[in-house]
Amino acid sequence: MLEVIWLIPAFPLAGFVLILLFGRRLGQPGSGLLATAMVAASFVVSVGAYFDLLSHDEADRAHTEVLFSWVPVSSLQVDMAFLADPLSITMCLFVTGVGALIHLFAIGYMRGDPKFSKFFLYMNLFALSMLVLVLGENMLVTFLGWEGVGTCSYLLIAFWHTRDSAATAGKKAFVTNRIGDWGFMIAMFLAFQALGSVSFSVLNEASEQGTIARTTATAIALLLFVGAVGKSAQLPLYLWLPDAMEGPTPVSALIHAATMVTAGVFLMTRVNPVLEYASDWAPEIIAWVGAITALFAATIAVAQNDIKKVLAYSTVSQLGYMFLAVGSGAYVAAIFHMVTHAFFKALMFLGSGSVIHGMHEEQDMRRMGALRKFMPVTAATFIVGWLAIAGVPPFAGFWSKDEILLFALASNPALYVIGLVTAVLTAYYMTRQVVLVFFGDAKWESHAAEHGAHGEFKPHESSPVMLFPLVALAGLAIVGGIIQLPAFAWIPDDLTHRLEHWLHPVVEFGEAEITSGNAYDNKGLLAVVATAAALIGIAAGIAVYAKHRAKAIEPQLVADAWRYDATVTAFMGGPGRKAFDATAWFDRSVVDGAVDGSARAVRGAARQVRKGQTGNMRNYAGILGIGAVLLLGWFVLARGLL
Amino acid sequence: MIAAYVPTSTWYLLLAAALFGIGATGLLVRRNPLVMFMCIELMLNAANLTFVAFAMQTGDINGQTSVFFVLVVAAAEVVVGLGIIVSILRHRPGATADDLAEMKG
Repeated sequence: MLEVIWLIPAFPLAGFVLILLFGRRLGQPGSGLLATAMVAASFVVSVGAYFDLLSHDEADRAHTEVLFSWVPVSSLQVDMAFLADPLSITMCLFVTGVGALIHLFAIGYMRGDPKFSKFFLYMNLFALSMLVLVLGENMLVTFLGWEGVGTCSYLLIAFWHTRDSAATAGKKAFVTNRIGDWGFMIAMFLAFQALGSVSFSVLNEASEQGTIARTTATAIALLLFVGAVGKSAQLPLYLWLPDAMEGPTPVSALIHAATMVTAGVFLMTRVNPVLEYASDWAPEIIAWVGAITALFAATIAVAQNDIKKVLAYSTVSQLGYMFLAVGSGAYVAAIFHMVTHAFFKALMFLGSGSVIHGMHEEQDMRRMGALRKFMPVTAATFIVGWLAIAGVPPFAGFWSKDEILLFALASNPALYVIGLVTAVLTAYYMTRQVVLVFFGDAKWESHAAEHGAHGEFKPHESSPVMLFPLVALAGLAIVGGIIQLPAFAWIPDDLTHRLEHWLHPVVEFGEAEITSGNAYDNKGLLAVVATAAALIGIAAGIAVYAKHRAKAIEPQLVADAWRYDATVTAFMGGPGRKAFDATAWFDRSVVDGAVDGSARAVRGAARQVRKGQTGNMRNYAGILGIGAVLLLGWFVLARGLL
Repeated sequence: MIAAYVPTSTWYLLLAAALFGIGATGLLVRRNPLVMFMCIELMLNAANLTFVAFAMQTGDINGQTSVFFVLVVAAAEVVVGLGIIVSILRHRPGATADDLAEMKG
């Protein structure tokens, strides 16, 4: 199965090509079904590859499949090669698995849209890019996917491009991502300069054996982190993700919650030996950026009124958790949280899509309420997602968040406190959302008045094609924790740390060892503290929004995201604008000037030399004759012929 | 007396040099394309004469063989060259070589 690993991205590619050629003829829901089937086929191949890898010994669980030589330029030899190892197959499994469910949901959600087939065209292109990203054996192949997902993200955020805000949000996402891409590219150049290769395995091996300079490794690690910050929406580049909610909701679920935004975490895990070998302050920076982002975004989520904006800031916050784990050396926990987060966040995004659909395109939570009576399935599955993200045992989110907090405490107690406060806030704002949307009084009268033309307004439950993915993801959000249970005495040994054993060959070098020490010995207590944090958050949320015991604290400053976005906009419009103009001037006059100048010099010289060409035939003949005589004279006199 | 005199190869070589000189001079001083073309032929045949003279002097048949190659090439050259000249003159009757200076830089 590993020899045909290329089939995993090939299926979405086939779907992309088929929809490109026959999309209009396939129509609705044909193109959607085709796209879903292609991603599902990739999932089947991924499962096959998973079992194939399992049948190998742990040491042999890596297979490189070279398709062709991509860039053969003297010392730069880059192959189009895919790497099947536990990490990439884990990514493939959840990308294609969750992806197929979201594709299925989108068939229902996008029904009636005039660009139905184009939507699935982009979705399959995205799946293709994401799979190339995770399967890439070297940085260039991964970068190809990296840019591909960025482009698809742009196309899909701006899918309803006739809406001004959607077009702007797409542009914003693209430009912000480019800043991160710059870091990725420079890291690639550095690796090539230092090692003569852009292959991950060469880079990782050099770090494991210490054959690369420590400063170079630190620089590569930090530059790749810059790329990850852009793609995974961390401070200071998180700005694009909340705006990306302008896209259709399945896009938010697939790209901006479950898959693409986790690419940064994946990349960090892929190069974990480099991070381990780099100077100690590099992972520390990553952990702090993650922790601060987690807390920062969680505070903003508390005061958002748009149902999708809450989830967007929540995603930024949860990604911060993953980087906190990466920085603490807890790569397994990061991947674990990535997987469980994909389950419950995709579930909640699809749930919000179902709500928006049932509420006739209403997104303001202040105009919802009591929806559990009208949308029982959506409500039930959303509540599962809520309990999972809040960290209530035994739902999936509890296990992964608990693991991250354990590692955070082992590395730095301050990080643990930030993580714990974030956990309380997470439980609080998710409770607020659930209460506002599904409980309390119905508050959609004003909305109904706007739609007054067509009689009485009533929210409706979505179609089965949209409900099935919700139920499936809810199931995964409940049991997802089983892949990495902690080593408690009451859990059978062969059920614990399964993901860690599976990923062991990949993260062997970078994973922090904390099997002893205070944090590890008291992990039972930590789990109780984490559960208490979740329950405190939920209780506070219920007290404020359901029972109205206290006044809601939603200052305008927080609702405006601490005015960070506005500050950046003001800067970019003012002093930043001047700097851009100066750069443009420099480019025009100095860079272009040098290029144009050399061209002008060549042209001037040529104009002089050209005068030798008289066009007079007899002139040429004479010169030819003189030349012949001179040559002959040279042979005779200088070389002594004759 | 004169009839009995057997010319040596030197005579032939001198004749060839004279022919070549006439051809080269003609090429440089005349302006009529057809005459210039004839001058080139003259130079080619001067070279042929040199080949034959040396072949006779050294008793080597290779020199005479080379002449055939030169003749064939010359024939081909005449076909192409005359074709070009005729078509030029048809468009621009009475044009001299100096008038045909379109390639002036």
